[in-house]
Amino acid sequence: MNPHLRWRKFVSNFMLTMTGLCALVAVFVLFFILGYLVYYGGTSINWNFFTKLPAPVGETGGGMANAIVGSAKLLALATLFGVPIGFLGAIYLAEFSGSKVAFVVRYAADLLNGAPSIVIGIFAFSIAVHPFKQFSTLAGGFALGIMMIPITLRSTEEFLLAVPRTLREGAMALGASKWKTIATVIVPAAYRGILTAILLAFARVAGETAPLLFTALGNRYWSRGWTEPTASLPVMIYNYGLSPYEDWHRQAWAAGLVLLALILVINIVARAILSRGISVPR
Amino acid sequence: MNASVRQAVSVNITPPVTTAASRETTAPADMRMTISKVNFWYGAKQTLFDISLGIATSKVTALIGPSGCGKSTLLRTLDRMHETVRHSRLEGEILLDGKNILDQDVTQLRRRVGMVFQRPNPFPKSIFENVAYGLRINGSKAPMGEAVEKSLRHAALWDEVKDHLHKSAYELSGGQQQRLCIARALAVEPEVLLLDEPCSALDPISTAKIEELLVQLKDLCTIVTVTHNMQQAARISDFTAFLLNGQVIEFSPTPHLFTKPSDPRTEAYITGRFG
Repeated sequence: MNPHLRWRKFVSNFMLTMTGLCALVAVFVLFFILGYLVYYGGTSINWNFFTKLPAPVGETGGGMANAIVGSAKLLALATLFGVPIGFLGAIYLAEFSGSKVAFVVRYAADLLNGAPSIVIGIFAFSIAVHPFKQFSTLAGGFALGIMMIPITLRSTEEFLLAVPRTLREGAMALGASKWKTIATVIVPAAYRGILTAILLAFARVAGETAPLLFTALGNRYWSRGWTEPTASLPVMIYNYGLSPYEDWHRQAWAAGLVLLALILVINIVARAILSRGISVPR
Repeated sequence: MNASVRQAVSVNITPPVTTAASRETTAPADMRMTISKVNFWYGAKQTLFDISLGIATSKVTALIGPSGCGKSTLLRTLDRMHETVRHSRLEGEILLDGKNILDQDVTQLRRRVGMVFQRPNPFPKSIFENVAYGLRINGSKAPMGEAVEKSLRHAALWDEVKDHLHKSAYELSGGQQQRLCIARALAVEPEVLLLDEPCSALDPISTAKIEELLVQLKDLCTIVTVTHNMQQAARISDFTAFLLNGQVIEFSPTPHLFTKPSDPRTEAYITGRFG
């Protein structure tokens, strides 16, 4: 073997090893986090964790029932607020707007998507908290909803634009109006992609903490209705993680585990949706 | 674009079946559609020049010509599908049963003038739902099952799909998909069926099936088909219009056009000297 060939073989093997290692590291990080969560938080996951209120300071035990319900309420609000706006906006962009309007809206949505979540939090604070002198579930849902808009908008638009033009023409040639075409052919043809995008947007905001610190604040008790401050899992993790109590640390890990499990389940559901039903061949 | 070609044509177009007199309020009973003096632009580019044609009722009319001659554009004006393209402009008059289609509600028009496209474009729905689509959006109260079966029979597809009507339309072969699209168009019982090179994406056996089908469908509706395949036009059509550079060069009964073309350019095209 001549030296040149040997050198090439060496470089090839070296690079192969490096790429493989990096891929391993990427996977390892996830499993490392999961392992940590299970190791430290696993012991605190029990019936009480899901059903009890946080224990008073100084006592051990208690749970995060209020935070779980709070997170559910916040996410429901965010979805009700963010998804329709993002979805209908995407329909306008993909089907009705001119290219200039579409460019501007797309660009703005990308910027909004990139806006730091703490900025969204301050914004929501000044719009939905400050004028009412009241931290509330509504304000928290509003902040998370804002974050869902650009994700839903951009991905829905992509999926709508990916529907072949021939399908639109097929529907219109049968006498379908533009709205009928959109409602009965284009959206159904793209619905799996759209639904997946919505679930991913949901998963994305499920773990957001910063916007909630300014809006939903946190609460050690049940939050009645929609206008009181409410506990949520991410904020619980933040507060408990910074506390000096060993028991709270464990509960913070447990909350992290629940949150990650939720996101994992959403991802699996999204994949399941993507793999069934009739799809348009490309 | 050859200027001399255009000039020569604009004086001698006399479609065999259309006269100025027949374009009054009602077309003659044997003329389903009448196209008169149609000019068409995509943006600043004119693609159709002063086209006049009559589409005979319950006959097959074929539009032939080389790529880019405007035959598809002409076809698409007949159900106003050209309006889906931005910056397109149409001048002239197109009558359906004596009424100008440009003044009508476009969705109503397209229920009367169906269209089948170059590539099969079934919806991502079941076979049944594809055929039922046109009926559903029109709020039809007719029993859906019967109507779907009837359309599939007309499209000579029933026997092949009757046992799996609820399977995805994409599980059918290309030729079956195209016949499904024909069935879908027939379900709303159009008066005119437009076909834009319906066989260009299909194999010879599927093509033969569709050709046979079109000849049978004459009894149900008037057919206008675009094809770049001259043999196909010769086999299935009653009238043939030869288009070149956005103009109708010759429009005659099919046997006449293919045996005794009156224009040298028609002869050059059908004998394969260009195109």
